Amino acid sequence: MSNWTKACNADDVDSEDVIPVAIDGHDYAVYRSPADDYFATDGLCTHEAFLLTDGLIMDNIIECPKHNGRFDYTTGEGQGAPICENLRTYPVKVEGGSVYIDLG
Amino acid sequence: MAATDSVERIVLVGAGECAARVARVLREQGFTGEIAMIGDEPHAPYERPPLSKAALVDDEISQVEVLSATRLAELGVELIAGTAVESLDRDRRLAVLSDREEVTYDRLLLATGARARTLPIAGGEFALTLRTIDDARALRSRLGPGRSVVVIGAGLIGLEVAASASQLGCDVAVLEAAPRALGRALPAEMADVLVKRHADEGVEVLCGVVPTDITRLGGRFAVGVGGFDKPITADVVIAGVGATPNVELAQASGLTCENGIAVDDRLRTDDPVIFAAGDCCSFPHPLYGGRRIRLESWRNAHDQAEVAAANMLGGDEQHSAVPWFWSDQYDFGLQHAGLADEAALSVVRDGGDGSQIRFALAPDGRLVAASGVGPGISTAKDIRLAEMLIAAGSRPDAETLADPSVSLKRLIKL
Repeated sequence: MSNWTKACNADDVDSEDVIPVAIDGHDYAVYRSPADDYFATDGLCTHEAFLLTDGLIMDNIIECPKHNGRFDYTTGEGQGAPICENLRTYPVKVEGGSVYIDLG
Repeated sequence: MAATDSVERIVLVGAGECAARVARVLREQGFTGEIAMIGDEPHAPYERPPLSKAALVDDEISQVEVLSATRLAELGVELIAGTAVESLDRDRRLAVLSDREEVTYDRLLLATGARARTLPIAGGEFALTLRTIDDARALRSRLGPGRSVVVIGAGLIGLEVAASASQLGCDVAVLEAAPRALGRALPAEMADVLVKRHADEGVEVLCGVVPTDITRLGGRFAVGVGGFDKPITADVVIAGVGATPNVELAQASGLTCENGIAVDDRLRTDDPVIFAAGDCCSFPHPLYGGRRIRLESWRNAHDQAEVAAANMLGGDEQHSAVPWFWSDQYDFGLQHAGLADEAALSVVRDGGDGSQIRFALAPDGRLVAASGVGPGISTAKDIRLAEMLIAAGSRPDAETLADPSVSLKRLIKL
């Protein structure tokens, strides 16, 4: 069952950047790629639960600011130690200048 | 000289962050032989960084495992805990353990770490030190609201413990023999930001203060201080005066030691089948003129583990990662990349939110170090970018570095 929820405005996120969005007390991260595609993942690192959105983005990789754990934010896949667990991703759509994520 | 014989059995001496990482990388690289991990603590590998920070503030100190017993079993790593390696027979390639057991190896990694230095003064044994989870538990049980605490040493561990003790309601004073705090770790201006944060919490950091002796007064302690009329009394005395690399096994085995177990830039000791990595080793750093350095940090343990694991399996990787560490004190985060000692010019970037970054440039314009401090983790992104610039040998423009409106990402992409 889909559960599309508005996360932010499309222009809240700069190109090749990420912002934190909290919905019902849960932290999400909303990304905008250099090609202006949008993605969403859980906002906390699977390693020690730090906010990923303070981390650096290079290409399609987000890097945790604390221990440099890396994820491909388009797939959620962890890129080696210290990450053992992948990051959950969410479907995203942009309509009328707003970014919606499907919380499922 | 690299050894080229086949590798079927690898022994890791040490069971900390570094050895755990090596075990994982060996399996990631497809090594299917035997791995034995021998650690003198009675625990599976656990994370040390939280012990002076968040974990110390909790009611009960939780052990964050790097590799749980289950995970070790999945990886096919035999953990021999609570056991020291007493000696090495390098001709026969075997390690003799404290229980007299003998373990053979094709490759051996020394990841023996470092131990807390004790205070070389009368009564120095009354000062608690912090290195292991058992140390942290012993310390935690003595901290609480209204307890008076004297921390000797205003280095990273001393200041982190002071912050944690203060958050637990202790009345804390920090004594530092040097003229300023964090002299070894950070530029003076950054140290000042943290010292001020401590002052805001009522934690005084007294510099140029040399403790002379500690005596027991019933359940309390008196710390004698040079130039003071009377001693400072406290319920708890803690020493954070640095760490000593654990080189005794290497030394007794005839391996060269020089401020740590001496390895080359491939992390090999004098013996081509014995490697060393992490806090215990000193190594030449190619980014800093091949100067021999030793680092005590979580990241270095990780980075060197990657290189050591690859090279034990016949690789030829150079260790060249930029030194990096972090600290948390109260709500302030600190991150530092690089080595600043050859710096000629310091450039500051003001984050506007109470945070600042200081860049250190060498006489030839190369960026050699950057430190960021401020509320939360706001400078982390920029320190990571600075680290990339340092690794690339970049000579960034000082005005651009100082201008917070210009993203450092722009410099990476030039």
